[in-house]
Amino acid sequence: MRLTLERRRWIWAYLFLAVPLVFFLWIRIGPTLFAFWMSLHQWDPIALDRPFIGLDNFRAILDDEVFWKAFRNTWVYVLVGVPAGLLFSLLVALGLQRLMHFVGFYRVLYFIPYITSLVAVGWVWRWMYTPNGLFNDVLSRLGLPQSGFLGDPATAIYAIIATTVWQGLGFQIVIFLAGLESIPGDYLDAASVDGATSWQSFRDIVLPLLNPTIVFLVITGVISNLQVFTQIRSMSSAGTGGPLDSTISVVLYVYQAAFQSLPSEMGYAAAMMVVLFVVILLITVLQLKFLTRGAYD
Amino acid sequence: MTSETLPHAKPDAVMEQNETTRLAASTVVQQKDWRRPVARFLLYLILLIGGLGMVFPFVWMVASSLKNASDIYSLSLIPPDPTLANYREVLNETPFARWFFNSLVVALITTASVAFFDSLVGYVLAKFRFPGRTVIFLLMLSTLMVPTEMLVIPWFVMSINLGWTDSYWGIMFPGVISAFGIFLMRQFFMGVPNDLIDAARIDGFSEFRIFWKIALPLVKPALAALCIFTFLGNWNAYIWPLIVVRSEEMRTLPVGIAFFSSEAGSAFHLIMAAAAMATVPVIIVFVIFQRQIIKGIALTGVKG
Repeated sequence: MRLTLERRRWIWAYLFLAVPLVFFLWIRIGPTLFAFWMSLHQWDPIALDRPFIGLDNFRAILDDEVFWKAFRNTWVYVLVGVPAGLLFSLLVALGLQRLMHFVGFYRVLYFIPYITSLVAVGWVWRWMYTPNGLFNDVLSRLGLPQSGFLGDPATAIYAIIATTVWQGLGFQIVIFLAGLESIPGDYLDAASVDGATSWQSFRDIVLPLLNPTIVFLVITGVISNLQVFTQIRSMSSAGTGGPLDSTISVVLYVYQAAFQSLPSEMGYAAAMMVVLFVVILLITVLQLKFLTRGAYD
Repeated sequence: MTSETLPHAKPDAVMEQNETTRLAASTVVQQKDWRRPVARFLLYLILLIGGLGMVFPFVWMVASSLKNASDIYSLSLIPPDPTLANYREVLNETPFARWFFNSLVVALITTASVAFFDSLVGYVLAKFRFPGRTVIFLLMLSTLMVPTEMLVIPWFVMSINLGWTDSYWGIMFPGVISAFGIFLMRQFFMGVPNDLIDAARIDGFSEFRIFWKIALPLVKPALAALCIFTFLGNWNAYIWPLIVVRSEEMRTLPVGIAFFSSEAGSAFHLIMAAAAMATVPVIIVFVIFQRQIIKGIALTGVKG
């Protein structure tokens, strides 16, 4: 009797899981394996013949200068964008935490960019960055030299990163505020009774206790910056990662190879995606290993 | 001021010392008393300037969208000759309303689907014991490791073969169930007491009714957070709709705006009108529900 009851519950569980399981196998896991398989072929969706070429796509990546340019740029997006975002959002969160009034109003101000479409705001920033646009007007009024911003290969990538940081700031602030709220006020009171300066209690109490929050934000930030695409397509000249490939990212280059080049090089694009996938996997594992270690020292 | 707290003649030396320390302490407090409001005022001011800087691009967007083509480079914050002509032109030249509708359909259906399936799966994984549970959980979780951007290529091949391009299903299918949401809901369902579920079983509730009527209401905050994230993510999604949609009519808002803007080139008065129509309604909805939305997003950071 008891066994049948348990069995019946098993059946319920499998019944509830049936549709989601089909989904994951069909839409997620199958296509992942298919991407690996495609990366070993010369794959043009129009051609009837899609020959197996082994690791030739991966070998071609090694000699592809644009890929390496895109790879380096992607790291610039990560290594400049993530720390800048964390620094600004932590500063703002520490400030907001001290406010007694208008907290909701202030949070709304900082959060609005996060909910808006990156395509739309990308174009708004592009408009502010134009040679005769707002930023250059302000610069010249202040007597400073004008900048090419998105038109100058030396500055374009940083102009895009600024937009990315601005857009993501609200999310990071809210997560930091939640992290700060979870720090018991007693700890800080005790420290100030013992004569700790606010810098000391920040360094020795707040920062270590914020570790899980920082780990979460670093990992999500790194992953999203490794996949940067939308803002480059909206903001770079002609949306192709220019000028002179100075802003092109791996995902944008993959998109071009798969969907914009003639003939389409989907196999090659899949191979590049596999490389990025392996990088993301390694980085995530390394981050989890090193960043969480500090919490238990 | 200080003279009031000055000690009078005290015979006891210890008392004297106590008074001196108290005096010293009170001076510090008093010093802080005038410094604190100033510091606090400065903090409010700096954060306000920063916050206005954050929303300034939207102010500039709206201001530019109200200008004539000839005034667009005047760079004044207030349009010299405000006009709605740009909005009219965007609406006349593009199926803008259709794009808006498409985005709404895609985001709403996806959110409903994610809310239902993710909470059901999260509940089963948290509260049922059955053979293969761990394997199924890990299988679903492992898909989080694979970035969506990697899958767009196989998804595109699949959509061509199955005739899914240019359809709502084609835009939606990658997102109708989310592994992140399953993980989130499972975390929260674990906190639901087993006694409650067993009591309902004894009362003769069916398994689905226990989930729907007893467990789900207890994790409403997490469910709300998941809905907000899913809606925003699908409303703003770009790369996949860009690939799977071929016809102008089936574009979602971000895809439509991207095509319109790159065709408009340097007609920024029109581009800003399009951007304003895409962002301002979202901002209004956000401001109305800001408390719930921000709380929900903070929640995922804590448990997610």
